Amino acid sequence: MLALAGLGLLVNERAGIVNLGAEGMMLVAAVAGFATAVATGNDWLAFGAGALAGAAMAAAFGVLVIWLNTNQYASGLALSLFGAGFSAFVGIGLVQAKIGERTAYTVPGLADLPFVGPAFFRQHPMVYIAIVLTLALAWFLYRSRAGLVLRAVGESPESAHALGYPVRRIRMAAVMTGGALCGVAGAYLSVIYTPLWVEGMTAGRGWIALALTTFATWRPARVLLGAYLFGGVTMLQFHLQSQGVEIPSQFLTMLPYLATIVVLVLISRNASWIRANMPASLGKPFFPGG
Amino acid sequence: MLKLEARPQPSRLMSGLSPLLALAFTVLIGVGLFVVLGKDPLRGLQVFFVEPVKNLYALSELSIKATPLILIALGLAVCFRSNVWNIGAEGQFVIGALAGGWVAMQAGPHLAWMGRGIVVAILLAGVLGGMAWAAIVALLRDRFNANEILVSLMLVYVAGMVLNYLVYGPWKDPQGYNFPQTITFLPATRIPRLVDGLRAHIGTVIALVAVAAFWIFLFRTYRGFALQVGGLAPLAARYAGFSSRSALWTALLLSGGMAGLAGALEAAGPLGQLTPYVPVGYGFAAIIVAYVGRLHPVGIVLAGILMSMFYIGGELAQSRMALPKSITGVFQGLLLFTLLACDTLVHYRLRWQRKVQAAAAATRGA
Repeated sequence: MLALAGLGLLVNERAGIVNLGAEGMMLVAAVAGFATAVATGNDWLAFGAGALAGAAMAAAFGVLVIWLNTNQYASGLALSLFGAGFSAFVGIGLVQAKIGERTAYTVPGLADLPFVGPAFFRQHPMVYIAIVLTLALAWFLYRSRAGLVLRAVGESPESAHALGYPVRRIRMAAVMTGGALCGVAGAYLSVIYTPLWVEGMTAGRGWIALALTTFATWRPARVLLGAYLFGGVTMLQFHLQSQGVEIPSQFLTMLPYLATIVVLVLISRNASWIRANMPASLGKPFFPGG
Repeated sequence: MLKLEARPQPSRLMSGLSPLLALAFTVLIGVGLFVVLGKDPLRGLQVFFVEPVKNLYALSELSIKATPLILIALGLAVCFRSNVWNIGAEGQFVIGALAGGWVAMQAGPHLAWMGRGIVVAILLAGVLGGMAWAAIVALLRDRFNANEILVSLMLVYVAGMVLNYLVYGPWKDPQGYNFPQTITFLPATRIPRLVDGLRAHIGTVIALVAVAAFWIFLFRTYRGFALQVGGLAPLAARYAGFSSRSALWTALLLSGGMAGLAGALEAAGPLGQLTPYVPVGYGFAAIIVAYVGRLHPVGIVLAGILMSMFYIGGELAQSRMALPKSITGVFQGLLLFTLLACDTLVHYRLRWQRKVQAAAAATRGA
């Protein structure tokens, strides 16, 4: 789930746009997805609704940032704040709603392997989709022409513009793709992972996903790796608790956030490493002829 | 069709008008929302814009909400002006409340010599607590180049957990029927009120003094100037010899201290004890206040009052119109969003261009 959101934001940032609204997009998508799941009982429709909601939010952000040249940080924050309020407002009737636990998909034959089986082959299909998507995205960014154009737009929008590429439309598409992926991640959270809706349920996962893109130094495969690492830290807290380790639960809940800070510090310490991979025009507006 | 055209200079008029325009848009959307929900829009407007200011009691409640927003937003304005993105004011607020609350809990006969002076100690502790929390962000940014947006935000969640741990654990009131809350602070530690019978407290006066102090700092001191140059033009600032490191530390410590002060005022003021419900989003709402107030101290006062009206209106809408309280968040988010859109007009002007002319111009150009 983190991987999906992280990958979405990666597409965003590769095109040179930072969307701090991830948290808001995920929340609204979580509500949309959950409502759809309650109404139709179909998870795939729920994912679709989540993706649409995420993309719609991202579109609003995109219009502001790309066409109206507003500050990307402030606009993203606005999106997050609005999303938190809006999702709580819309979702109030869903707080009590319940949908059944979703069954995991088992890969025939492999799921019974000891230890590795449950970990890798008994998961929700979305987990596999995330892995496939990672590979696809890596191929897209580094092996396809369109991916090259996308990266060019993120590195130097002026050059891309001079070559005749529609920079703003490409950025818009990237932002909306990112929003849709964040949306699917949000829907996965409310429909599959928990499955329920509570106000502010993403609890900072959108921000952690943002941090993931930095850890991964903007590489798809490393986003997936980072997401698994974070999943591990989150699981660790449950395991420690069930083992009866004498640590107050609040300190365990802090772990993912502290881990984010620690990893961020470790990665950022090496400035040259960050600079080598970061899209050069990240966060900078582009106004053709302006 | 409409076309954006760059203005030779940012328009000062639009800079002032843009928040009003944004408010108008937000109200329009709000009215639409009320209609869609089948509520009387006039009643809605009344709840949000008339009820919160209709008498002395309402104004006192308004000041209680506006005070922390203004205090935090002042600090954030310095941050954003110097291009330091501290969005973890909520966490600094919580730690300030914890530090202030800790001092308040120490009160007793052995500290009786301090008299009401203990309030000063509480507020000081709050400031230091908030500063310490923000200092983590500054340190990690300064030493390790870690992104301050993410670090300050992650620390919000950590601060929330520290608060939870303390009120569920070591600081829990033994006589509290196992509720997660600390003891009720002694009367001597309570923030003095302005008028008997109303909840408004001296924090409001402190906030107004702070407004003046920040105005002087930003526009009349060398340091304040250096900070802003660093935000607007980092290269020029470096050429002029202004240290970006000191700007980073100043901005973060100032805003952390202000958020901590707001937290201590809240803990020893309206709340009177610590519970898991200390953080109510003031730290995030203050970001909107800072922007809607144009990062200017006076503007921040107006924006702070407006945002408090949204808060109180939301509470009233819940009790009187059966609307969820979270409608406040919707309006606050909308306000910032529309404001950013309207701000485009500060740097660009709208020109009405006929299609034909545009096409003609294009061919001429080619």
